[in-house]
Amino acid sequence: MSSIHLHYDVSGDDFTRAGEASGSVKKRLKALGYNTDAIRRVAIAMYEAEINMVIHADGGFCDVDIYPDKVEILLSDHGPGIPDVEKAMQEGFSTAPDNVRNLGFGAGMGLPNIKKYTDEMRIETTLGVGTNLYLTVKAQ
Amino acid sequence: MNKYFHSVELDADKCCGCTNCLKRCPTEAIRIRDGKANILSERCIDCGECIRVCPHHAKKARSNQLEEIEQYKIKVAMPAPALFGQFNNLDDIDYVLTGLRAVGFDYVYEVSRGAELVSEATRMLIRENKLKKPIISSACPAVVRLIKIRFPELCDNVMPLQAPMEVAAQMARREVRGMTGLSDDDIGVFFITPCPAKVTEINSPNHADKSAVSGAIAISQLYPALTHAMEHLNTVEPIAKSGLIGVGWATSGGEAAAMLGEKYLAADGIENVIRVLEELEDDHIHALDFIELNACSGGCVGGVLTVENPYVAQARIHNLRKFLPVSLNHLDDNDLKIMMWENELKYNADSFRLSDDLFEAMEMMDKMEHICSELPGLDCGSCGAPTCRALAEDIVKGKAKETDCIHKLKEKIQSVYDQLSTL
Repeated sequence: MSSIHLHYDVSGDDFTRAGEASGSVKKRLKALGYNTDAIRRVAIAMYEAEINMVIHADGGFCDVDIYPDKVEILLSDHGPGIPDVEKAMQEGFSTAPDNVRNLGFGAGMGLPNIKKYTDEMRIETTLGVGTNLYLTVKAQ
Repeated sequence: MNKYFHSVELDADKCCGCTNCLKRCPTEAIRIRDGKANILSERCIDCGECIRVCPHHAKKARSNQLEEIEQYKIKVAMPAPALFGQFNNLDDIDYVLTGLRAVGFDYVYEVSRGAELVSEATRMLIRENKLKKPIISSACPAVVRLIKIRFPELCDNVMPLQAPMEVAAQMARREVRGMTGLSDDDIGVFFITPCPAKVTEINSPNHADKSAVSGAIAISQLYPALTHAMEHLNTVEPIAKSGLIGVGWATSGGEAAAMLGEKYLAADGIENVIRVLEELEDDHIHALDFIELNACSGGCVGGVLTVENPYVAQARIHNLRKFLPVSLNHLDDNDLKIMMWENELKYNADSFRLSDDLFEAMEMMDKMEHICSELPGLDCGSCGAPTCRALAEDIVKGKAKETDCIHKLKEKIQSVYDQLSTL
């Protein structure tokens, strides 16, 4: 058995449901007895990415592969794409609308936080087509 | 002693195997096997939810009988502050404390006194800024046990201070030893408890090898004798030595308010507690110094071994506090040292993991996902597991079989019937 594959659809219309996928992955990693630091980093990074998908891209899907030594995550959406990835990576830079900020989200820490908690992060984005975010968290 | 001591247990004669407790257990620690609701020892946190919901009173809490205090030369009662919310028209705590003397105790030491010391120590630790923030209260033993089995990365956030019960027991013993010259073996210290989790904590402490408390008597059990004694008091002795901070610990928010700061959160009710812990684990809760969590709704007044509606008790506690000074107990030089935990809180991964071998666990999970996708997803509980997923888990662990699912069984019978009818 080389990996466990999980697939989740992330609904775009409901804030309160963001976190369902990351919560489910977290529960499974605990059941595997996975490295606890890696569990925490996966949960935090994935939740941030899920929220991003809901705020900016009207949802999408998420594929997770759990290997004995790492977790690989793909978050894919058909949103507007990110015009300037370098800018989006700056702490505090945000394009979130006011109603989202009022809920305490959209502080411009999403991508920087995802980077902070993962070992590898790669963004593929095309304007008007969508974004694929590839994340890897290693179990040290 | 067993590896896991539990105060919550099943009265098999009364259990009819219904699914009430099964569906409400917050850690999925119950399985109906052979028609009886058995408790999975490694998952139970003794929160008492099953006691609360069982319509047949088949779940009960182990605690001590009043007669058991007789084996000690000096008998000390340690009432939880929640006890003070159980009486109608009570305006003076000393009625309760004198009542405790009348039912057979030589000495009364309020747990709220220990609570005031814990509050002061917590404020000191927050000021010193040496602990990982936010600091999670360690007062509710059901919450501490929950963190220990389910939230590995939060173990370091739990305040390494003993709960008020334990602190009060140590202080009470010190006072009684000083007054009588007796040794600890002759002094029986009994906690008057609102909940079973405290009974567990006494018998198998989270933080130390041995508790200073000798036993626990349920509030509900002592209540008739105590109210009778209180109605027949000749004089009321001035025993009470705690202020509004200590008594406030009886209700949710009391402990947090005693931090005298603003950056705190207080959550009560086990489902709410779990939600807060999940969010803390995912780093969604920021800018807080202190988090108070109580497994019971309303706080300790909501414990399953109390007699009064928790919200009525809360209102009474609120009223009682109005007449009290702020705090009457303060730390002495060496107190903090004896209040700190002896053992650090260590995550116990065994409760929820499938196997201690990661590769084997992965194989089991793969099978489990497959089995789960074949189950109806109704989470009806008829198989004896709380959810279809839990049944799938039990199947891969070899503790259940697919046809325990009545819907699967029906399908199978139907297919056998179809085959037979074509003969």
